Amino acid sequence: MSVGQVASELEHEPEPDPAEVEEPEGGRRYTGYLLIIPGLVWLGLFFLVPFYSLVATSLYDPAGTVFSGYEMTWEWSNYTTAITDNWEPLLRSFVYGGLATFFCLLLGYPLAYAIAFKAGRWKNLMLVLVIAPFFTSFLIRTISWQLILADNGFVVETLQWLHILGEDGRLLNTPFAVVTGLTYNFLPFMVLPLYASLERIDHRLIEAASDLYASPIRGFAKVTLPLSMPGVVAGTLLTFIPAAGDFINAELLGRPSDSMIGNVIQGYFGGGNNYPDAAALSLVLMALILVMVIVYVRRAGTEDLV
Amino acid sequence: MTTADAAAAAPESTAAPESSRDLRMESLTKTFGTFVAVRDLDLTVPRGSFFALLGPSGCGKTTTLRMVAGLEQPTNGHVYLGDDDVTDVRPYKRPVNTVFQNYALFPHLTIFDNVAFGLRRRGRKNVREEVVEMLDLVELGSQTNKKPSQLSGGQQQRVALARALINEPEVLLLDEPLGALDLKLRRQMQIELKRIQLEVGLTFVHVTHDQEEAMTMADTIAVMNSGVIEQMGPPSELYENPATTFVANFLGQSNLIRGEVVGSNGTELRVDVHGSKIGVSRERARVQEGPVWVGVRPEKVYIAAAGEEDSAEANKVAGGTITDTSFIGVSTQYLVKMPWGEELTVFEQNTGARTVFGPGTSVDLHWSRPHTFVLDAEQDATAGVETVDDAP
Repeated sequence: MSVGQVASELEHEPEPDPAEVEEPEGGRRYTGYLLIIPGLVWLGLFFLVPFYSLVATSLYDPAGTVFSGYEMTWEWSNYTTAITDNWEPLLRSFVYGGLATFFCLLLGYPLAYAIAFKAGRWKNLMLVLVIAPFFTSFLIRTISWQLILADNGFVVETLQWLHILGEDGRLLNTPFAVVTGLTYNFLPFMVLPLYASLERIDHRLIEAASDLYASPIRGFAKVTLPLSMPGVVAGTLLTFIPAAGDFINAELLGRPSDSMIGNVIQGYFGGGNNYPDAAALSLVLMALILVMVIVYVRRAGTEDLV
Repeated sequence: MTTADAAAAAPESTAAPESSRDLRMESLTKTFGTFVAVRDLDLTVPRGSFFALLGPSGCGKTTTLRMVAGLEQPTNGHVYLGDDDVTDVRPYKRPVNTVFQNYALFPHLTIFDNVAFGLRRRGRKNVREEVVEMLDLVELGSQTNKKPSQLSGGQQQRVALARALINEPEVLLLDEPLGALDLKLRRQMQIELKRIQLEVGLTFVHVTHDQEEAMTMADTIAVMNSGVIEQMGPPSELYENPATTFVANFLGQSNLIRGEVVGSNGTELRVDVHGSKIGVSRERARVQEGPVWVGVRPEKVYIAAAGEEDSAEANKVAGGTITDTSFIGVSTQYLVKMPWGEELTVFEQNTGARTVFGPGTSVDLHWSRPHTFVLDAEQDATAGVETVDDAP
């Protein structure tokens, strides 16, 4: 639920006239509003206040430091510097995030399809296996990929033996490793919404397509795929948004020159002590993703999702 | 005119399209694990006929239909169209279309695109014209751009019909097509379906559990039970001369009384029914000796005050007491307790010529010999008795 929806619900204050109430129990009318309160408090404390603070920070004088304090000077130039200094990692983030989303879709769709339609009694077990990696920390899973893709690891040596990779070719610390890590880490976010929307498809519709002269491939293209579009849209959003903002994979599996926007922001906030630029960059990233999502959802024709 | 008789007697003269052929099933069997859904079914549906597969849920009728459509692979046996064995032909290559139970309309496509689906898959040229024409036939010409969810149940039903019919299949399969509609709409659609069938002249195979629906529409009914066909024939024949207790009870209602064949004179059997001697022609007796069920339809029975004389020709059982009288407008329904404990049902038309007997009255029951039928006493007398929710 968006902030706007919460706000609009608040505007509809209940009518104070009890005579107009249809329900005899007056208390029940307020139950809904009471139930919203914890959510509102949570949103206020952990979204509105930090968001306000982030916007304010992005307009501070960049000359200050955490120790000396910041001055509010309405530095709009923070935004232009943030973009001009960092357009490369910004662009790279969207390319890596986009590639990871694409590979997740490529791997995730057949998997979700198999679980939804072919798994039979193994369905629940397979779903558990999809989520199982979450029982290990994100960090540890990513570090494991360092071992898998290591220069003297099995994968690299096999590829070298097959002459697919050159003598001194490597996988670790390349864009390939970063995209691989992103794909691996965010795959469940693609599979689960895809599974949910495929599972909902009435099997008789697929039979009807087959009855109406559609070969299995045509039937998939004309019936199954269009009906699973809500899952595709939800899955790509859930994958792309965190993948584009991720910094762990680029940090652990890539070179500094493969850095994504998350690494830059983390650098500004952490070592650099450059809060205003970090905040400005965060907001730019947020705005860009928001615009892309809106355009994408409009294009996909599933407005009712968002 | 396309009755089953005409189609069988003179196939060349029916209204069926030239390309249409008979549908034939040969020792068709389908098992799911240890459950036998359809057992060794032999069946010929003449082209251009309106054929109904009637039976309770779980009797195998839908499985049979799905095997004809190709959506289910038979465990054994063959399906033929004319002389072509189509048993192993993929569903999308069969000249057969289905109107699914609950319609299975594509929710993401408009009414127009739903109906055009089959034509487009086969790369037809004049899709637009054909679709518009078909939608006019089912009186949905003004709804082309709507989505299925925007239509009423009856309209969705007609879209499903149009979507299948437009492909001019050799056989149109209808799986409980009217099950989701309310009673009034169902009656309307029954007449509509029959009209369309006569108009297009295609073979319709209609699966239903509603005996009234089957009798209203079909030329030929096959009554199915536990995976086998109990009896097949025109509706009137099935009704007037049922072959099994299941058919006697499932198609309408029947009074079944225990009896014993005690003799015969040429064409007629003499049956002892709890002391009364009644007669029945051999042709209407499924067994010719030993213990039997003597059957008679409730509306064929004449209820008379005890001792009242009737023609000597009629069959008569005496000594009944009325336990219940229900007046239901067109008729009065009596429950009559007989001396041997059984309760028989009698329907009497309200012509106004006769008095209504109250409960407690002593009565005799008469009916004419040609309305009597005799069934095997081995069979369960309550087989096929309709459950409450199906009762008309």
